[in-house]
Amino acid sequence: MKLSVLNFRKKVMKLPNNNILNISNLVKYFYTRQGTVRAVDGVSFAIGERETFGLVGESGSGKSTVAYTVVGAYNPTEGRILYKGRDISRESRKRPQSLKKEIQIVFQDPGSSLNPARTISQILELPLKVHAVVKDPKERMNKIAELLDMVQLPSDYLYKYPTMIGGGEKQMVGIARALATNPSFVVLDEPTSALDVSIQAKIINMLIKFQKEFGLAYLFITHDLSLMRNIADRVAIMYLGKICEIAPTSEFFKTPLHPYTQMLLSSIPVITDEEEKLKPKKIISKGEIPSPVNIPSGCSFHLRCPRKIPICSKDDPIMVNVKEGHCVRCHLFTR
Amino acid sequence: MRENINESKKKLKMWENTRRNWYNYSRNPLSIIGLLVICIIILVTVFAPYVSPHPKSADKFIDFDEANRPPSSIHICGTDQYGRDVLTRIFFGYRYSLIMGIVVLAIVTPLGVLLGLTAGYFKDSWIETIIMRITDIFVAVPPLILALAVCSVLTPGLFHAMMAVCLMWWPWYTRMVYGISSSLKGEFFVQAAELTGASNLHILLREILPNCMAPILTKMSLDMGWVILIGASLSFVGLGVQPPTPDLGSMVAEGCKYLPDQWWISVFPAIAIMLVVLGFNLVGDGVRDMFGA
Amino acid sequence: MSKPLLEIRNLHVWFKVFGGILKVLDGVDLIVRPGEKIGLVGEMGCGKTTTMKSIMKLLPIPPAIIPEGEIIYKGKNILKMSSEELQRIRRKEISMIFEDPTAALNPVFTIGQQLQDAIKFSGSNNVKTKKDIKNRAIQALKEVSLPDPERILRYYPLQLSGGMRQRICISMALISSSELLIADEPGTSLDVTIQDQILRLLKELVEKRGSSIILISHALGLVRGMTDRVYVMYAGSIVETGKTKELFSNPLHPYSQGLLNAIPKLTGDGIGEGISGRIPEYINPPSGCRFHPRCRYVKPICKEKKPPFFKVDEDHEVKCFKF
Repeated sequence: MKLSVLNFRKKVMKLPNNNILNISNLVKYFYTRQGTVRAVDGVSFAIGERETFGLVGESGSGKSTVAYTVVGAYNPTEGRILYKGRDISRESRKRPQSLKKEIQIVFQDPGSSLNPARTISQILELPLKVHAVVKDPKERMNKIAELLDMVQLPSDYLYKYPTMIGGGEKQMVGIARALATNPSFVVLDEPTSALDVSIQAKIINMLIKFQKEFGLAYLFITHDLSLMRNIADRVAIMYLGKICEIAPTSEFFKTPLHPYTQMLLSSIPVITDEEEKLKPKKIISKGEIPSPVNIPSGCSFHLRCPRKIPICSKDDPIMVNVKEGHCVRCHLFTR
Repeated sequence: MRENINESKKKLKMWENTRRNWYNYSRNPLSIIGLLVICIIILVTVFAPYVSPHPKSADKFIDFDEANRPPSSIHICGTDQYGRDVLTRIFFGYRYSLIMGIVVLAIVTPLGVLLGLTAGYFKDSWIETIIMRITDIFVAVPPLILALAVCSVLTPGLFHAMMAVCLMWWPWYTRMVYGISSSLKGEFFVQAAELTGASNLHILLREILPNCMAPILTKMSLDMGWVILIGASLSFVGLGVQPPTPDLGSMVAEGCKYLPDQWWISVFPAIAIMLVVLGFNLVGDGVRDMFGA
Repeated sequence: MSKPLLEIRNLHVWFKVFGGILKVLDGVDLIVRPGEKIGLVGEMGCGKTTTMKSIMKLLPIPPAIIPEGEIIYKGKNILKMSSEELQRIRRKEISMIFEDPTAALNPVFTIGQQLQDAIKFSGSNNVKTKKDIKNRAIQALKEVSLPDPERILRYYPLQLSGGMRQRICISMALISSSELLIADEPGTSLDVTIQDQILRLLKELVEKRGSSIILISHALGLVRGMTDRVYVMYAGSIVETGKTKELFSNPLHPYSQGLLNAIPKLTGDGIGEGISGRIPEYINPPSGCRFHPRCRYVKPICKEKKPPFFKVDEDHEVKCFKF
């Protein structure tokens, strides 16, 4: 068993060009009065430069926690985060200032990620000032106007307050803020979940354009699988703190292996008959998602799994490499 | 060129904001009345030597011929037991009331707010514990008693009275701002600033403080009235401004002996106190409306 | 064509706010027949919830003003009904399931108490004693496939998961034998798999009882799986309507086309572009067709007059001068 883990790790390291981010065995527990919340329970993956890595999962899966730990909002309980080869497995307060320039985050809720008491120009000025990207104040104003232009917002938004602009536009300001310091790696935590479809399309297309233009790597988190298909290069699916399956996008949607992946894919609401045919056979999900305080023994998914075998309730499966780049963590495949 | 356009846009925005704030403020006619009253009082106070009918009355002045005259066309509010014009003394008395209000708030607000911001942001740490426990101690003492105690230990006078009121006033600002600061601590925009690497000072003053301005300004407007009232109460018991300096509280106290016959000596200063306190209260309500509470 | 259960004719709803008048609904026409499943789709701010609230007469008047239009339920105009008639309809005939189950349930009462209230006010004749009420409550919970109903009756809403709360809201809505169910974005706040379960449940229950349902959502995929006919709404009026599958595979109105194009799909390469521009402000809405500032095919007539419904096919109508 240990051998296959090693093999997996080696294979992960070999993936796309240089890996800008390497996560190995990341663990994050929160200790609360109700018990220990095992939000992230041993997650490993790597992201290459200029790659969009998608992280998908339902509530309680730990995907947001992974994102926030990578960015430095939390201190990892265990495990290592390597950025361009350097170990950065600490909170952002203990990280060097230069790192904060390179790793940025776009939050999920545009409403609360912008300070309602500050104008747009003040919000965009902060990263520029902190990292001394532009030293001269007048030049800074120009750069801010440039940033607004880049996200296609009119320049008289500079002196508006966030409450005066729409949700989609707030999110665009959030993206402009993230890109202000010329980062190399951007974490996007459900950036469009709170927005309408037409605005979502605009923002996603903009993000793709920026990725090509500035050579960015994205860690893209969402629960919307259809969206994931159109933006990610590789996808990982999480359940209760662990990754169930990682695969390149087309593989992931064509031949999903893990029963949870299949369950999720079969419940996506689609628009056309064509898409309907592409979905795996309908698996009716049973039961509720357990709370991360009370994770079932053995494989955490076994209570809801339609294909479980006796070993599933006893042992936790290990991630194995089924094909080049395609790994699953399920007893059905560890033979 | 671009800078000029941006500058003019900025000015336009600020003008728009001012107009909107005025619109919100003026919805309630009482707020406008309050503002008018306060403006008149301030003008009268600043120009007291020029507007008052008998400026000499504000100082050591004795004229027993004119003593205890009821309100008339020469002395609109009558004269007191020394022949001094009551209205003039009210105008000059307002000076000390307003000075007390302004000085106390100028000291208490920055101090209280800064402590509150710090305590809220560093919640669950020793900083918060120290600050909030000290605050709790000061809050636990009945305010007027604290002021009286301080004043009676030290020589009575305006300066010591102001110190005493400061001592009992700051904790309320700390508490109020602590509540807001600790609730904002977990907001995404604060996290965004932290993750970008902003310093703690920046986060406290530039991210959290602007969100507290509305309640702080509202409280300050309402507090002016209260501080003036407390100041007048201290003077009433003889611990504030000392005679012969005119002060509304001590005027009421002195005039008590002559009630109910020479009622104007106490009643007009009392009405004056009521007017200024009411005025500030109405302004405070208007400020609260302005911020859309 | 059976007689419609509910018909909204040319509904206009305005709101008086300090800056002026928000002319939100600008002539909404909608028909629901008995047993039909209707979808109402549109993006945020298009007026779907306002429309639904006016059906149930939940809009506070003032600041809402209804200058024109009628809502005919079983032949009578809801807007002109007496409060007793309205009460009766709200209790026995039309029910609403709200978007956020957590907000719709009172956190300080147990589920049992809230169901009890629902049952008492539903005006059913055969529940008189406490035991009757309890049994009816357990039956209601079983109908929505909740395990261990007896125990759930004693729980407070916050002790249950989001999916369970939504099921309870559904059961409360179905306690009276409703003829018309209005579901406002059911399951939006839930996970995909749970949402899927809930919608299947809803579909099953509605079909079993033969009730009609209006499903409001901004997620077109959900609507497709569940409805027979759909209405597409933009900026306060219906722009297109037709049979669901047909409309989705062949959208005619430029807005519907833009919308369907922008949805990420499992086929094709990449996402379509969104629709340029923003939703209009209701204080000063565009003249004529409200979509014209954003429309690719705009013609002079679009700025002057509001387009009427053009019948393109059996059941497929569009409000656009292209036709």
